[in-house]
Parts: sequence; structure tokens; C-alpha cells
Amino acid sequence: MSLIIDHIDLSFGSLQALKQVNFEVKDGELFGLIGPDGAGKSSLFRIMASLLIPDNGRCLMHGHDVVKDYREVRKIIGYMPGRFSLYMDLSVEENLAFYARVFGTNVEENYELIRDVYEQIAPFKKRLAGKLSGGMKQKLALSCALIHRPEVLILDEPTTGVDAVSRREFWDMLKKIQNEGITIVVSTPYMDEAEMCDRVGLIQKGKLLEITDPSKPYENDQEQLFSLKSEKGIYAYLDRLRNMEGCKHAWLFGDQLHVTLHSEEDATRVKAALDGMGDSSLEWYKITPSVEDRFMGLISNSEAL
Amino acid sequence: MDEREHIIEVKDMVKKFGSFTANDHLTFHVEKGEIFGFLGANGAGKTTAMRILCGLSYPTSGEIHVAGHDVYRERERIKRKIGYMSQKFSLYEDLTVSENIHLYAGIYGLRRKQIAAREEQLLERLGLSHIRNRLIREIPLGWKQKLAFSVAIFHQPAVVFLDEPTGGVDPITRRQFWEMIHDATEEGITVFVTTHYMDEAEYCDRVSIMVDGRIDALDNPAALKQQYESKNMNEVFLKLART
Repeated sequence: MSLIIDHIDLSFGSLQALKQVNFEVKDGELFGLIGPDGAGKSSLFRIMASLLIPDNGRCLMHGHDVVKDYREVRKIIGYMPGRFSLYMDLSVEENLAFYARVFGTNVEENYELIRDVYEQIAPFKKRLAGKLSGGMKQKLALSCALIHRPEVLILDEPTTGVDAVSRREFWDMLKKIQNEGITIVVSTPYMDEAEMCDRVGLIQKGKLLEITDPSKPYENDQEQLFSLKSEKGIYAYLDRLRNMEGCKHAWLFGDQLHVTLHSEEDATRVKAALDGMGDSSLEWYKITPSVEDRFMGLISNSEAL
Repeated sequence: MDEREHIIEVKDMVKKFGSFTANDHLTFHVEKGEIFGFLGANGAGKTTAMRILCGLSYPTSGEIHVAGHDVYRERERIKRKIGYMSQKFSLYEDLTVSENIHLYAGIYGLRRKQIAAREEQLLERLGLSHIRNRLIREIPLGWKQKLAFSVAIFHQPAVVFLDEPTGGVDPITRRQFWEMIHDATEEGITVFVTTHYMDEAEYCDRVSIMVDGRIDALDNPAALKQQYESKNMNEVFLKLART
């Protein structure tokens, strides 16, 4: 196991930031932690990076305890915090050389590993890090976190506030890094990025709600998820569906509504009611839940928002 | 021709910073009561254009009217008729919910009686009456965002500008937020919104996509998906903005 998180609790005063968080990440895995701001993602990552000590529980990184063996842990991890820890008054190449030396290596030794990422910013290597665009800072920070060829790469919301194109490119880079045998733990508030991970943990208000493999469909014999589309617009159907008996919830989902019904009988009844509305452009079909559907189901079950 | 009133009218808008052209001859309009999605990659020029439309910066050239007012000569009038909200700057953390409402409403010149009545309405609708005296920093992000939006339209502006309003919240709160946006348009408020969530582009009536300072596409989501042979707006965006 690359990473063992063993029943971790963490409080800040009266605020319980993490509640009995418990999971493992396998060697070479790309593991995603998905949840909104304030869910506890960054606190958990800071514990993994040996920067914060949990109240209870243990965190083992390649068998090393992050509290007792923090020196060992820091050698084998690469950590990219949410606010990139770059030196803004050093140039691109100076930042990279600095991180390499801190870890007792040099840029040449592991250049192959960062080549794809670094070559995109190499044309600006004399520029101060403070003068780079957000996307370029992100690439430099990733290069710096990788330059000592860590066993485990910990990325705290690397794509927050980044546009869809750059996000896609970033995930392509992560896949390549994973192919080099590096274990990656990454957090994100974007549900669509869940699909890029081998497994994802869904976290909300300090609690790990579930761990799932996005490539495997969810098994649920009771609830039924449907998609609704109409050329007349979907908003008009939102309240109507919510007021129907048997409707658990209905939410906007891109150009569709996603509607969860309690049972098969409800599905038959709702279908009949929709047919009676005389909208010939109406499309209504059963779908398998995505990670985002699943997450919405879990948070609406767990507690009122 | 379209009969609906144009709340924003932009003709040949250019903004240069030295030799760099941030907005390169933008021409578009926004109709009254529509949700207009203003998309583009980081650095495409969205913020620059939005600042001009809000009366915070002058264009280099072009003819631009917002809520019937000229962006060169009537910036103060524009500011009174618009609302603005972003994820980064919205409410004062060290004031209470109620104090924030009164502060913003006061800035827009609403009378005390008016404010009190609308405040009750607003808090009731959001279900936040019980926390009216709590500091903003003590309430959850999702509530803050809904409140920030309500405050931004408290003075019933002609158009509200939303700059990445939904960052960082859970998927249900994000959807509730969009339902609020939709409700605002039913009251005749026009919505001008930027976002990095491509599923949210689908909730807009029309969407423009900026690439390198130009608007490369502008239409309703269904038409854009058809034109770019894409199954969703994410694909449309990737096809246009990927260099």
C-alpha cells in the first residue's frame, strides 16, 4: 500500500474538520478525493504531507508514519499545495533548480520525468515565477513537485479555477506520470474529473461518504434514475416532477434533468403522467448514475444542506 | 429581427494594453431577461470585457451601451443599474448577514423602509431568517453564495454580472444556485455569467466563446453543439479553445 489513512480525526477548536476518515491507496494508483470547499480535503492532504498532526488515527506513507518518520516521508512525497509554493522572485529555472537541490538531486537526473510538462514552460525559463500566467504556474509547480522522482505525488486542487482546456491537458499529464509508476493522490471540486481517476473518495463535511470506481456502474435495485429532455425547455418540468408522488429528487444536469424515483412502480406512474402532458419533443429514459449523480444522492441523504 | 430589448449592445469593442490586444473587435448583444454565458479560456479576455461593461475601465474604441447608457460618458449611471457578484469578492466577512444587506442596499440608495421589507422577503425565501445576525464568516459557503447573489440583485438591477459564481460548492448547491439565477430572469433581470463548469453553459440561453480576444462562437447551446458536432458544451469548448 502506498498510503494508509487509518481512522483520522482532526479538530480546529470546536470545528471537526475530519471525522474517522479511513481509506487506502494502492501502489501506482490514481486516487481522487472529491468534495466541495470546506469538506476537509486540504487538511487531510496536509496530514499526508506531514504538515499537520491528526488528533486521532494514523497516516502511513509507504509504511512510514507521517508523524514519527516525517523526515523519511518528506523524501518520498511530492506535494503541490492549493496555493502553489513557488518563489515568485525566482525565475522558472531557478525555482526548479532550487527544489532539486533541496531534495539532494539535480534537474538533469530526473529530467525525463518532467520533460513533457517542463518543455511547455521552458521558453519562459528566465521569467520570474510571479510573472507567469495561472496555467504556467501550475505546470512549474508540478515540475518542482516531481523533480526528485517522488514515490507518491500529492496534489491539492491543482485545477481549481482553471479553464476546461487546461484542465484536460493537466489530466493528460497526470496519466503519463502515473504510467511512470508514481502513485498520485489528487483532490478536486470538479465532478467530471472523477471519471479520470482509478478510484475516488467522496468527501463532505469531514466525512468520507464513499469510495467508488468510476468505471463500474452503481448497483441499486430500488432507486431509478431517469433523464428528461425537451425542446420546450427543462425548467418547466423541474417543479412538476418534484411535486409528483414517488419523485425523490430532480436536478438540472446540463441540457437534461436527472430525476430519481423511489421504485419501479413510481417509474411507471411518472411515465404515464409525462405522456399525458402532450409534449412530443419529450425524451425520457432510464440511465446509469454518474459519480456526480451518486454524490448528489449521498449528500441529499446525509443531511439537509 | 429580434424584438426584444438589448440590455447590452457592443459594437466593435477593442481594448489594448500597449501592443497587446485583449479585446479584438467584439460585437454582440444581450437581450433583456436572458441568461448570457460568457465563456473562454483563462487569458482569453473575458475579465477585460466584463470590466468595461461594468463601467470600471474604458475601451480603446467601439460603441458600447449597457442598460441604455454609454460606457464612455455615463459610467456612474451604468453602475446604478447593474449588479455584480464574483466568488472572490462578494460579502463582508466581518459583518452580519443583515448588515451586509443594509450596506449594499444603502449604497444603491434604497430607502430604509424599502430595505426592511425586502430584507424580510429575501431571508424568508432563502430560509436564512434564523441566521440574520450571524457573521458572514460563520456561515457555510453555499449559503454565502446564495446570499451574495440575492444581495447583488437586491436593488433590482437591469443586468447582473456573475464572475465564476459557483466555484467550490457541492453539486447540489451549485444547481440550487442556477435555479435562483433562472428565477431572477423570470423577474426580468438579465444575467451575464462566466464559468469554468461546462455543464453550466447548458443552462444559458445563449453562449459566447472567446478565444485570444475574439468571440469565435455565439449561439444557443443546442445550435453550438450541432454546429460543432459535439454531444455537450465541454466538447464544443475544447474544439474551439484548444490550440
